[in-house]
Amino acid sequence: MLFTSQNSEDVRCKCICPPYKDHSGQIYNKNVSQKDCDCLHVVEPMPVPGPDVEAYCLRCECKYEERSSVTIKVTIIIYLSILGLLLLYMVYLTLVEPILKRRLFGHSQLIQSDEDIGDHQPFANAHDVLARSRSRANVLNKVEYAQQRWKLQVQEQRKSVFDRHVVLS
Amino acid sequence: MESEQLFHRGYYRNSYNSITSASSDEELLDGAGVIMDFQTSEDDNLLDGDASIGTHYTMTNGGSINSSTHLLDLLDEPIPGVGTYDDFHTIDWVREKCKDRERHRRINSKKKESAWEMTKSLYDAWSGWLVVTLTGLASGALAGLIDIAADWMTDLKEGICLSALWFNHEQCCWGSNETTFEERDKCPQWKTWAELIIGQAEGPGSYIMNYIMYIFWALSFAFLAVSLVKVFAPYACGSGIPEIKTILSGFIIRGYLGKWTLMIKTITLVLAVASGLSLGKEGPLVHVACCCGNIFSYLFPKYSTNEAKKREVLSAASAAGVSVAFGAPIGGVLFSLEEVSYYFPLKTLWRSFFAALVAAFVLRSINPFGNSRLVLFYVEYHTPWYLFELLPFILLGVFGGLWGAFFIRANIAWCRRRKSTKFGKYPVLEVIIVAAITAVIAFPNPYTRLNTSELIKELFTDCGPLESSSLCDYRNDMNASKIVDDIPDRPAGTGVYSAIWQLCLALIFKIIMTVFTFGIKVPSGLFIPSMAIGAIAGRIVGIAVEQLAYYHHDWFIFKEWCEVGADCITPGLYAMVGAAACLGGVTRMTVSLVVIVFELTGGLEYIVPLMAAVMTSKWVGDAFGREGIYEAHIRLNGYPFLDAKEEFTHTTLAADVMRPRRSDPPLAVLTQDNMTVEDIENLINETSYNGFPVIMSKESQRLVGFALRRDLTIAIESARKKQEGIVGSSRVCFAQHTPSLPAESPRPLKLRSILDMSPFTVTDHTPMEIVVDIFRKLGLRQCLVTHNGRLLGIITKKDILRHMAQTANQDPASIMFN
Repeated sequence: MLFTSQNSEDVRCKCICPPYKDHSGQIYNKNVSQKDCDCLHVVEPMPVPGPDVEAYCLRCECKYEERSSVTIKVTIIIYLSILGLLLLYMVYLTLVEPILKRRLFGHSQLIQSDEDIGDHQPFANAHDVLARSRSRANVLNKVEYAQQRWKLQVQEQRKSVFDRHVVLS
Repeated sequence: MESEQLFHRGYYRNSYNSITSASSDEELLDGAGVIMDFQTSEDDNLLDGDASIGTHYTMTNGGSINSSTHLLDLLDEPIPGVGTYDDFHTIDWVREKCKDRERHRRINSKKKESAWEMTKSLYDAWSGWLVVTLTGLASGALAGLIDIAADWMTDLKEGICLSALWFNHEQCCWGSNETTFEERDKCPQWKTWAELIIGQAEGPGSYIMNYIMYIFWALSFAFLAVSLVKVFAPYACGSGIPEIKTILSGFIIRGYLGKWTLMIKTITLVLAVASGLSLGKEGPLVHVACCCGNIFSYLFPKYSTNEAKKREVLSAASAAGVSVAFGAPIGGVLFSLEEVSYYFPLKTLWRSFFAALVAAFVLRSINPFGNSRLVLFYVEYHTPWYLFELLPFILLGVFGGLWGAFFIRANIAWCRRRKSTKFGKYPVLEVIIVAAITAVIAFPNPYTRLNTSELIKELFTDCGPLESSSLCDYRNDMNASKIVDDIPDRPAGTGVYSAIWQLCLALIFKIIMTVFTFGIKVPSGLFIPSMAIGAIAGRIVGIAVEQLAYYHHDWFIFKEWCEVGADCITPGLYAMVGAAACLGGVTRMTVSLVVIVFELTGGLEYIVPLMAAVMTSKWVGDAFGREGIYEAHIRLNGYPFLDAKEEFTHTTLAADVMRPRRSDPPLAVLTQDNMTVEDIENLINETSYNGFPVIMSKESQRLVGFALRRDLTIAIESARKKQEGIVGSSRVCFAQHTPSLPAESPRPLKLRSILDMSPFTVTDHTPMEIVVDIFRKLGLRQCLVTHNGRLLGIITKKDILRHMAQTANQDPASIMFN
């Protein structure tokens, strides 16, 4: 991956020149400052001979543009990392956690949860764990308690939106 | 007038003392939290004006309505939880406003005491501006993130930039010198998937490969979006504007404006837009901004504990949301005023203005579009429009109104289907199917394969000599000496005709798909698809008028303005007017829409055609149904939203609407000092009412106050736990002085502090028009009905909504919430 994100690459003067006589239309890009952004500085090599230059240049339109490629890069990286983390967490919650809970607490204590895509209930055992973790009080269990409470809330929301269709239908 | 009497009657008992000591009219409106001298007994002796300001002791109890108590009641501490609301309930605006005034008064009275108190009061005064600034900053930043990420991911369906993976197509070819005039977006650094996978750039094999990859990416983005919504934050789906409207009118939906909803909405909005679905990101951006506003308001106690003040911040936040969505700060403020907010005092206007300003500033400094402009669809032409063009503009307005009416009916029918039948049981499958159909049909047509914003931009741009798309393939007169701006009207070439065909197909496709797409379980907005439909229709009409003017320039209407060689018609303007008309037809916005469109395009000369088209579309749309799409969705969901725009014109009286009706059991009331704790608990358990009037005795039926169910439950529970001696047979006393009880009876429970001493009352002969007006203007939840001074019944907001639905021949059972 090239790290060519210097500022000089992020400015340009773009001149669009329409077809003129038998010359086809052209687009010229050049890395000049804003005061030099006009046809005479940017259009090189000039396709038309001397006397025609003025007529040619009057048809051209030059615009000064700048962007920040660093901003774009940082934003995309932040977005993709958050998306990746959420994906991992989603996979953990829907696939890995039920398996772990099943192994730890045994089959009988697990509330029925369907595993097929159409009817996901990844927080089905939240009630259980919530009741259990109320008794202990150290930091890790506080985190787990908060997480289980969040899961309950999401489950309630899911029921309102997806199952009973009372909100946001 | 009758309504004035209502105000005074409820306030007399408590507020008389404040009248003598009140300094401003504001305090007359405070039914609650008023400083009352403990010597006054509540019934008579209203004229006992011993209002010595120096001896008031105020005890607030969870901030709710109360009277001041003296030494006897200093034992009462505020009960935590009293004064809060249940989920899916309406707030009590009057109570919240009183709480705020009480708090403000307390801070002001302590201001002179010390420098610390002075600082606290300054902080309190400025915290409003601080919240709004933070909200604007956050909204601008998030909008920039969403824009950049959405642009990149949309182009990811086509290909990838090998030299810098994070650039989209336009940015990848930005610095390249290999772009040609005809094919401005081809450059060697950008590789389509066909090139990468099978090595060919052209030919049928690569077309099919690109098609397959396009569908693959669209489906995977859609699937990701809906799974994230389902697993993490189900409230993040949909547009958000109907729910925000309801929240701003006083409804509580816990979690709707929370952190997880914010995060998931931001992330999945990008995915939904990138998957090519026929939706926009403006509505969801309003939701995102309101989430930011809500989250920041929790940092300041002035806003976190007061639901009414919080809604001021939310109004400002929604203005910031529209400001960053469109790059239209003023349009955002007007949108918040016209469409979203329920109460919009001047203070909210300033705050919204400021929030929109800050958000626009932040977005501009992030500069997502690379052209130092917020404006998406900047139009650069300034050709005048002519009077005869008003006719096609009005026609476009009619089209917009018709389309709006059609869309609202079709979308509501489909959503109702989804809500009640088994179509709604498979949301993930539905999203995938919709995305698949959209992708399959959209790819072959170059106008639908484009990102919708790009499509609108292309349609708004007029054809100058620098354009080379097929839409601008006119037969040029090579000998023309005119340059640049004033290209005369020309006959259309074959490129234009084929473009028109493709545009017609795109129009039909978009009209059908948007009906099914708005409301699926991913964040979906409506503004951009409506504008696209309008722009397509407008451009087609514009080209038609242009050709008509060219071929028949000697007709009467064209003769004066459209001579041969004159640049008469600008089809791009028609596209703009069409877009405004369609958006107005579906949302029924007027002023805010015109302001948004001219801020979007910079076309200040075209305000009059825009206004004409928008008014026409509103009239035509209103002829088919008075509701816009957001009100229709509110009604579909049964939210308790009392629309300020509807007029209630029936001649029913309060006695016709109040409960209990003749066949119902009598009104469930509490007596002032005759009931025990157990009686009250039984009453609460047996009934499901939200509140109970408190009367002096069953014989006299004279009203004392109103007690809310939630407050009663919390107060009794906490009394049982914390106060000793409270058992089931303890008397509950709502009066100022406890009655004398025999010596062995258990300790009485004083619950005067949770009682609302100034409930609003109307007589049974009050016309419903006035009652509805009172509910709307004051934001009431319930109102008691008296007859000859005695309590007769109660009217709640739900009763009013049901009554309005009944008189409008709609289904009254659809009102679901209180």
